[in-house]
Amino acid sequence: MVREIHVDQIVSTVEGLCIKAANILPQDVMEALRRSLEREESPMGKNIINLLIENAQVASTEGVPICQDTGVTVVFVELGQDLHIVGGNLYDAINEGVRRGYINGYLRKSVVSDPIFDRKNTGDNTPAVIYTDVVPGDRLKITVLPKGAGSENMGAVKMLIPADGPQGIKSFVVETVKVAGSNPCPPIIIGVGVGGTMEKAALLSKRALLRKVGEPHPDPKIANLEREILEEVNKLGIGPQGLGGRVTAMAVHIELWPTHIACMPVAVTLQCHAARHAEAVL
Amino acid sequence: MAKRVLTPLTDDVVLSLKSGDEVLLSGVVYTARDAAHKRLVEMISKGEALPMELKGQVIYYVGPCPPKPGQVIGSAGPTTSGRMDPYTPILIERGLKGMIGKGLRKPEVIEAMKKYKAVYFLAIGGLGALLAKRIKKAEVIAFPELGPEAVYKLEVEDFPVIVGIDAYGNDLYVEGVNRYKVI
Repeated sequence: MVREIHVDQIVSTVEGLCIKAANILPQDVMEALRRSLEREESPMGKNIINLLIENAQVASTEGVPICQDTGVTVVFVELGQDLHIVGGNLYDAINEGVRRGYINGYLRKSVVSDPIFDRKNTGDNTPAVIYTDVVPGDRLKITVLPKGAGSENMGAVKMLIPADGPQGIKSFVVETVKVAGSNPCPPIIIGVGVGGTMEKAALLSKRALLRKVGEPHPDPKIANLEREILEEVNKLGIGPQGLGGRVTAMAVHIELWPTHIACMPVAVTLQCHAARHAEAVL
Repeated sequence: MAKRVLTPLTDDVVLSLKSGDEVLLSGVVYTARDAAHKRLVEMISKGEALPMELKGQVIYYVGPCPPKPGQVIGSAGPTTSGRMDPYTPILIERGLKGMIGKGLRKPEVIEAMKKYKAVYFLAIGGLGALLAKRIKKAEVIAFPELGPEAVYKLEVEDFPVIVGIDAYGNDLYVEGVNRYKVI
């Protein structure tokens, strides 16, 4: 028998995830901030990190957003192929959940409908940016990642060639962080997508943000590259809030995909210190 | 030790502030971000009256969250200032004395700050829950249709900022990064 799930359950789950993500900083991010205190040498930098930790604690206790930029709502869906959704459409349900979450949770509505001319606010933070993977099984996994614009605006994609090698990737990531300076609200987390096609690399770089902060890639070669890039980035001296210091980034997460014989696309998504996301499995 | 500064700002106060100074601001500040800046500058070019007097005033680059019941305002930290750069020199020329935001500014903004004596304060990005507690009153005074981008008149008390760029052109970002960069 095929398992069924009613859209109402999806709506209320997404509503809850939007509010939880905006108000509660994941434990691994809190721990990464605390660890970065030990490495930071700048007195002002230490002071800033302490305030960020205090701010996250207050947000969680009082049930208010960590940051007023509660983002464009990026939703990653893993849909089990044996699950049957009843009562409506999956994407309508997700957007209704976003609408309720942003209204009932007193979150900021930051989405405009026409990106070029009118730029009129949609008033409920919809539509979400939704990515769906169909997977084996009969479950539905939903991950909500509210993405703020301060860091999103500083991301970059570059079509490197195979001859550029790991050094090319390293230089591109370091340059991207350098140009971003204080804008993405350091200490940041750096998502890097390598391979596939241009848009695939960009998506990988966003998904890389879902990894537990600082957990190395399972392939030791890639884990080593992550470590080397992190070290280089932290030599830039940008530091907390860009005011100078040792901790510009807390982690580099690289995700890979096979690619064309002629290609080596690299995408970088920068994530501010408020690295928010929340997930649920139905 | 933080300096206590009241708004609106006079030239003397602006000139007494140096990059790196910690400041507690009190008084009225106005919010404006991308869409409001665009409208303000359009109004200036058409010769229309602005919704607020700019002389001596401070603009805070923020789009706050809506208040929960019992709150004055929702989370309210700074947004990235650089997006306002195309509009800022004309506002400074019209009397704007201070800006609160985060991130780098373009040379033309710094030149206008030096020429007309204005100061750029930094608030810490991602500190919205704590900063909201220093805002005692909030009222939308223009462009309500812009939602979070409307212009609010805020009354702040001991609002914690750092002088990022002073009226002499000293830039704390440049100084801070130079102190710690290894490459």
